Amino acid sequence: MSEETSSNNTDYWRANLKWVGILLTVWFIVSYGCGILFVEELNKIRIGGFKLGFWFAQQGSIYVFVILIAIYVRIMNGLDKKYGAKKG
Amino acid sequence: MDVQTWTYLLVGITFALYIGIAIWSRAGTTGEFYVAGGGVPALANGMATAADWMSAASFISMAGLISFMGYDGSVYLMGWTGGYVLLALLLAPYLRKFGKFTVPDFVGDRYYSKTARLVALICAIFISFTYVCGQMRGVGVVFSRFLSVDIELGVIIGMTIVFFYAVLGGMKGITYTQVAQYCVLIFAFMVPAIFISLMMTGNPIPQLGFGAEVTGEGVFLLDKLDGLSAELGFNSYTDGSKPMIDIFFITMALMVGTAGLPHVIIRFYTVKKMSAARTSAFWALLFIAILYTTAPAVAVFARTNLLTSIPGKSYEEAPEWIKSWEDAGLIAWMDKNKDGKIQYEAGDAFTGKPAFDEENRGANGERLLTNAAAEGANELYVDRDIIVLANPEIAQLPNWVVALVAAGGLAAALSTAAGLLLVISTSVAHDLVKKTFAPGINDKKELLIARCAAGVAVVVAGYFGINPPGFVAQVVAFAFGLAASSFFPVIILGIFSKRMNREGAISGMILGIVFTASYIIYFKFINPAANTKENWWFGISPEGIGTLGMILNFLVAFIVSAVTPKPPQDVVDMVERIRLPESEGEELAVSDH
Repeated sequence: MSEETSSNNTDYWRANLKWVGILLTVWFIVSYGCGILFVEELNKIRIGGFKLGFWFAQQGSIYVFVILIAIYVRIMNGLDKKYGAKKG
Repeated sequence: MDVQTWTYLLVGITFALYIGIAIWSRAGTTGEFYVAGGGVPALANGMATAADWMSAASFISMAGLISFMGYDGSVYLMGWTGGYVLLALLLAPYLRKFGKFTVPDFVGDRYYSKTARLVALICAIFISFTYVCGQMRGVGVVFSRFLSVDIELGVIIGMTIVFFYAVLGGMKGITYTQVAQYCVLIFAFMVPAIFISLMMTGNPIPQLGFGAEVTGEGVFLLDKLDGLSAELGFNSYTDGSKPMIDIFFITMALMVGTAGLPHVIIRFYTVKKMSAARTSAFWALLFIAILYTTAPAVAVFARTNLLTSIPGKSYEEAPEWIKSWEDAGLIAWMDKNKDGKIQYEAGDAFTGKPAFDEENRGANGERLLTNAAAEGANELYVDRDIIVLANPEIAQLPNWVVALVAAGGLAAALSTAAGLLLVISTSVAHDLVKKTFAPGINDKKELLIARCAAGVAVVVAGYFGINPPGFVAQVVAFAFGLAASSFFPVIILGIFSKRMNREGAISGMILGIVFTASYIIYFKFINPAANTKENWWFGISPEGIGTLGMILNFLVAFIVSAVTPKPPQDVVDMVERIRLPESEGEELAVSDH
């Protein structure tokens, strides 16, 4: 492996780890934060018939999970294009 | 047409469809048998994964559990979906890139150790068996209630169907039947939910409906339910009663356990590339989320209906579904104050599960019980499993909707059972026979062994479906706890730490399993009387202890690996290889070599 490709691959891996870290932080805040740890505080806020903490625990967190994976798929496809070997 | 005719018709059509697909997609090689040749499109794989994952428990039991647990039921909703984020970000793409057939394969190669492979193998088989017995039972319950056949016969019919397409088609057959089963089950789950949402709130989208106002009453549905619950002495629906730390740990154990379940992970080996593994994790969660965001709405609708339609009614006037589910043994009524009316409020009606006094009937025509009456005024026992199955009847929906739910429940149970059986057969034929005892056998022989193993597994699972060991419900905590405390840390470390070695992984895995298993066995089997908040460590129930097991696993693995030799260079190279970016147009092979 040449010096150049090896640093190229390290950059790719670092960028990947950075995004995994960011997305998992959101994952944690939404489910464990909004849905569990701060549920009572959030329940004081109401949106329609839902108490907000209850809504995060039974609805909101799941929507966010789907969105998080969608974002990761897009980002990684972009990183693969940037760092991956070109055809031919 | 009556419910039974509709049920025969719909179940018959769906079964014919599954068999048709199985014949069309027979497997010819071990690659096709284990991972469908590794060429399943991401969208189809997402659908198959969703059906694979959503079992009889998700379809039949979950909404019912939430219905009785209220906010506390959130642990299942978040726990069984949040794991997919971990799968997509941390596991699936790398395991795919690694390019072998099974999880024990990865563990064995990454940690250059037959012991590690064997430990992983035993966990995989144990987890899958625990699960599959529950599925077979689910099949039996649906058959006995809707088609009036014995549970035994129901299980045998279910077994035959699964046997047919799992043994013939392997992963290839299973994948495409699962796609069909997903369509059946999601349609069957959504139709009654939409109907009921419309009836109760005027909003056709259940996810919005349960936060809306009750039609014509000017009060929010959830407020009404909280009020009703308080009136009858139940916990407020939207507030929890479990300690926060327990909710936290259970949710974490379920999430991490989900990400470590072998039958879910194996699905990501069936796509062409790393990027497709990520994309199919997205599709899978999207398809799962449709059911998982509807379930809490169904739970609220059903709970409200239950609390408005039953308490204070006389048994004679009680709706028909009460009697038919009483006949099926899932509802029981003990007229403690002899007034002929059904008192329904918080507390147990009697001790233990209902034990019916054969076919003897009481003064009002109800089935008599031999249980001892419990203190308190409550007279009604409602099995949580009937909420989804009886929901269309409770809401008085047309017969075909009731029948549809039966077909959906069967699709959910069969699809998961097939996925699990495949893990068992792959583990036996590939990891045990080929990789451990007889490395020399050729592809044809291995395929034959895989088919036989699948066949034997179906029969054993069927046996446990007919004669369920009393502990099936308890061991589910086991499956997740073990997956969380064994597989998950080992795989994560294998990918994200180049320094992690054989010694660290094995000691972490063993400590995680032993710790988690002892805690569960103590509280569930040895001393169930002590299974209360006061006796739990830090207030963590056996359901949530897998999280602590996982943390211990990580800690021990780090400490042990720091004081033992580095892994060999070829293993480090292997880890570097799975971290490489994907080249344009790259397609991964699946192979043994």
